[in-house]
Amino acid sequence: MGSRASSLLREEDIEEIKKETGFSHSQITRLYSRFHSLDKGENGALSREDFQRIPELAINPLGDRIINAFFPEGEDQVNFRGFMRTLAHFRPVEDNEKNKHLDASEPLNSRSNKLLFAFRLYDLDRDDKISRDELLQVLRMMVGVNISDEQLGSIADRTIQEADTNGDMCISFSEFIKVLEKVDVEQKMSIRFLH
Amino acid sequence: MHVAHSCLLGLVLLTSLTHEVPTEESSGSPSKHLVNETRHHGSAHHLETDSRVLRVSSGRTQDEAVLHNSGNHESAHQPKNISEVAIVSFKWDHVQEPYVIVLWIFVAGMSKLVLELNHHVTSVIPESGLLILIGFVLGGIVWGADKAQTFTLTPTVFFFYLLPQIILDAGYFMPNKLFFSNMGAILIYAVIGTCWNAGAVGLSLWGCYEGGAMGNLDIGLLQFLLFGSLISAVDPVAVIAVFEEVHVNEVLFILVFGESLLNDGVTVVLYNVFDSFVSLGGPNIDAVEIIRGIISFFVVAFGGALVGVLFAVLLSLITRYTKNIQIIEAGFIFVLGYLSYLTAEMLSLSAILSITFCGVCCQKYINANMDERSVTTVRYVMKVFANGSETMIFVFLGVTAIDKAIWVWNTGFILLTLFFVLLYRFIGVFVLTWILNKNRLVPIELIDQVVMSYGGLRGAVAYGLAVMLDDKKITEKNLMISTTLIVIYFTVILQGVTMKPLVQWLKVKRAAETEIKLVEKVNNRAFDHILCAVEDICGRIGDKWWTRGWKRFERNYISWLLMKPKPRKSKDQLFGIFHKLNLEDAMNYITEGERRGSLAFLKKEDDVQVDFKKKFGTDVEDMMPDIMVDTEHSGTDHVPVISFMRDPVPSVSLDMHEQDLQGMRGGVDAHHLLQEHLYRSRKHHRHKYSRSNFSINQSEDEVQEIFQRTMRSRLESFKSTKMGVAPGKVITKHPQKERQQKVRGHPKNFLVFYLSATGKNPKSHCVKNKEFQIYLESPWSFVKSFKSNVFNFFLCLYHTSYRNVISLQMANGKPTDRSRSHPYGDEDFEFSASASASDSASGGEGATAGGYSFRTPYTVGAGIENPAFMPEMDTPPPMHAPPWLNQPETDGTVVASQRAQRRLPWTPSQIRRLAPLRVSTRSEDSFVMADILSPDVDPEDPQPRQDRSHK
Repeated sequence: MGSRASSLLREEDIEEIKKETGFSHSQITRLYSRFHSLDKGENGALSREDFQRIPELAINPLGDRIINAFFPEGEDQVNFRGFMRTLAHFRPVEDNEKNKHLDASEPLNSRSNKLLFAFRLYDLDRDDKISRDELLQVLRMMVGVNISDEQLGSIADRTIQEADTNGDMCISFSEFIKVLEKVDVEQKMSIRFLH
Repeated sequence: MHVAHSCLLGLVLLTSLTHEVPTEESSGSPSKHLVNETRHHGSAHHLETDSRVLRVSSGRTQDEAVLHNSGNHESAHQPKNISEVAIVSFKWDHVQEPYVIVLWIFVAGMSKLVLELNHHVTSVIPESGLLILIGFVLGGIVWGADKAQTFTLTPTVFFFYLLPQIILDAGYFMPNKLFFSNMGAILIYAVIGTCWNAGAVGLSLWGCYEGGAMGNLDIGLLQFLLFGSLISAVDPVAVIAVFEEVHVNEVLFILVFGESLLNDGVTVVLYNVFDSFVSLGGPNIDAVEIIRGIISFFVVAFGGALVGVLFAVLLSLITRYTKNIQIIEAGFIFVLGYLSYLTAEMLSLSAILSITFCGVCCQKYINANMDERSVTTVRYVMKVFANGSETMIFVFLGVTAIDKAIWVWNTGFILLTLFFVLLYRFIGVFVLTWILNKNRLVPIELIDQVVMSYGGLRGAVAYGLAVMLDDKKITEKNLMISTTLIVIYFTVILQGVTMKPLVQWLKVKRAAETEIKLVEKVNNRAFDHILCAVEDICGRIGDKWWTRGWKRFERNYISWLLMKPKPRKSKDQLFGIFHKLNLEDAMNYITEGERRGSLAFLKKEDDVQVDFKKKFGTDVEDMMPDIMVDTEHSGTDHVPVISFMRDPVPSVSLDMHEQDLQGMRGGVDAHHLLQEHLYRSRKHHRHKYSRSNFSINQSEDEVQEIFQRTMRSRLESFKSTKMGVAPGKVITKHPQKERQQKVRGHPKNFLVFYLSATGKNPKSHCVKNKEFQIYLESPWSFVKSFKSNVFNFFLCLYHTSYRNVISLQMANGKPTDRSRSHPYGDEDFEFSASASASDSASGGEGATAGGYSFRTPYTVGAGIENPAFMPEMDTPPPMHAPPWLNQPETDGTVVASQRAQRRLPWTPSQIRRLAPLRVSTRSEDSFVMADILSPDVDPEDPQPRQDRSHK
């Protein structure tokens, strides 16, 4: 299965993905076989249903949001390139990468890109602001039923107040970055991909 | 008789001090006489019958007396012919030994006290170094008095009486999550690193010796290796003492600390192996013996750890059943911890590792099993012991140095040792880190490595081992001791002093600020969920796979075995932090209230209440009782008042101050609210720890809940054909709410009853105090309601759930099983007791009562001031329904407000219900009250009533 899957992947694709995402060759083939096994439709792209078949995601409160993050706006399919591009956000920042890309375009796993990924989970309407309602929705997903809407509302209010510097009662991305500057995002938004 | 005795004694002492003391035998003692000694003479003078006293004490300091103790002892206990009855007798001899010990402890404690008087000094030089310096001074004094060092740190005292509690303390307070998640690295540093250090130092010294760098010494290769093993013991005590000052980041701290802790055990094992090699003698050692040595190394180390784990299991099991002997349950950990140490020692396994693992493994279970007060006791006693012996150790390390007998100087040996110790520490750390970093998600940075290497402080363990050397086998024992001492002084004092500047200069990542922002908390949780999902999508068995497996096993089997069912079911892990935070907040509120408390404020509040009364006071409705509780609390608590005020009720004046308080409160409480109720992600995050926030177990209910929700939302999005992403789903009302409402039908009666029961005293002002009681009691008791999945948070401190009321009453009456068996049950009891005590105390005069109650409003509303959020809270957008307003709903406590809440926004007609309640509490004998009370009286009720009346 794995070997068949990787054979479907052309070398030049791998090279491109490698350049774009920073994954190693073996990581790419490994993830491709995973991609392939998720792809029940066998059409080289994943649909939302493909993701939703992953059992653990059903019990992940943010599961649907995260699935959505894999799909470009307005599309229902994600190909391997897109899949890898999203996953690349979670590649740990390596030492030699810290200074390398100063002038080049920012790598996908940079701190701000990691944060942007998280930010997008909140920002449904893509206006680059987390409104109170948007925050409330995410909170509601992450919080048990025992908490009342009003309490949640006050939490949302306070959260926004903590982050909001310009007083528009929304969290902009820059505010989002600023308020989380003490958080070790590089670490908290990274997983180890097998080599 | 006894009284007379002591009176006389006092008299004798007094006179002996004031009168000139005739020294009967000066005996040529060099000591400068202290008051104490004068006493000896004086009393001896008065009671000449007891001549032995003189012999022992005269002309000697107590210190010296110990030295000569053994000699005098026999004669001291000879029966004497006494010619008359001694009224008092002076028996220095009798108490000498413990007396001197205690005096030394006292002196050590005092020196610490003196040190801490000036914080500027301790911030520059670490305390451990200062204590050693003080030790020098004390040692000098003793030396001056005795011309010999009579007090040294002996290995027996050190290993049997001073070290165990320090290690136990370290194990018990070990941040488990951090420790185990970095276990691999710690073990590698501790085992491989130590062996490397020992071997490299030993071999290099031997090489230098062979090369002629240290002249003529009688040391062989094995002895050098033995010395290398003892000198590589990084001392946890010294390390903690220094690193606590500098506040490095958590990972670095746990690496250094964990390493030094385990390294001690490893060193001792290594030391024993080499020691037996030395005894065996060089020629007799062949490959078999070396292999045996290696095997013994692992057996001893892991065997010790195993013994510790076994004792931890035993300890946890015992604390499961200590419900009826709560008063001594706190002692078990000390006894069993020490027993594990001794047992391992007996089996010649590693005692240090044993007691370490005993502490590490038992902490979770015993903290859950034991009563909360016992836990506090354990924590404090542990700290007292550990800190005390730590102080002793350092002082004695200093005292020991002032002794000509041990000092043998060999420049080559000493300097080379110092050099190699530092060098190989650096090399070891760098090489091992390089290997480790290949597999670490977050690599250990270079500056962290530097600090780690530099933090290799040697301490008392090395010294203890050096003293334990057998001078028959090792002729240069004293050289080794003095070298060890030099290394210790060098590392503890010099490196200790330079550590802080180094850390600052290298800009080592410091420990994160303790105050975590709400937004960070939310996002951290979100990050966790995201990572979880991504790992699942990648379909790999991630870092967390084993952790997960272990957690499941732990939850299903180990907790089942070792933990009381109650804390286990109620997911006790969260209680700790939740409860602690609440406690802290309550304390803050009270302090703040007292600080700002003024009668003026109270009056304002009263005005508000009066307003209600005037307007609606005459209406009596069924609903009233519940709401009554609510309004009553406005006396003690702003929240309801404010919530009324927020609504356009003309009669209520807006009080800015209260609103401010309100705002702060929202801020503080939001943390708890989240803390409790954010879904836990399946795994916990590795490098984040909180001492009290243990592991995160995902509850089955929660999984169920998320699953159903996710599925429902998917179904909905299915139905509402694909319109892209469907945002803004209406937040569904959850079935649980309805359930809660049902439960909520009753509590009002209990509350009312409770009020009346407690308010026996017909004096009106008492009502306020009762309110205060309720307020005070409820925050503690509401924790209990957690297990019924009823959520509560600090805003609604003043609300008491049905369940709570019962338990409250029981707590007031007598601590029944119900409140007892709960880990925090006793807290209620305590609080209510104190509240009622003050209540009864102030019962007579209205003034005092008023004084008491006037600060109660502040206790709730006041608190951590956070002006940042005030303005927003003042004018909340309509959607922002203030949580305090609706709080009661979720915690299912106060019926009235809950119902009212459903009819938001408030209308005057609803508020009207509140008023009568107010009236009725003022005079609880009123018929209103009686009516309410009569219907369903709980069987539990009479009890508190009786209890009250007794008071």
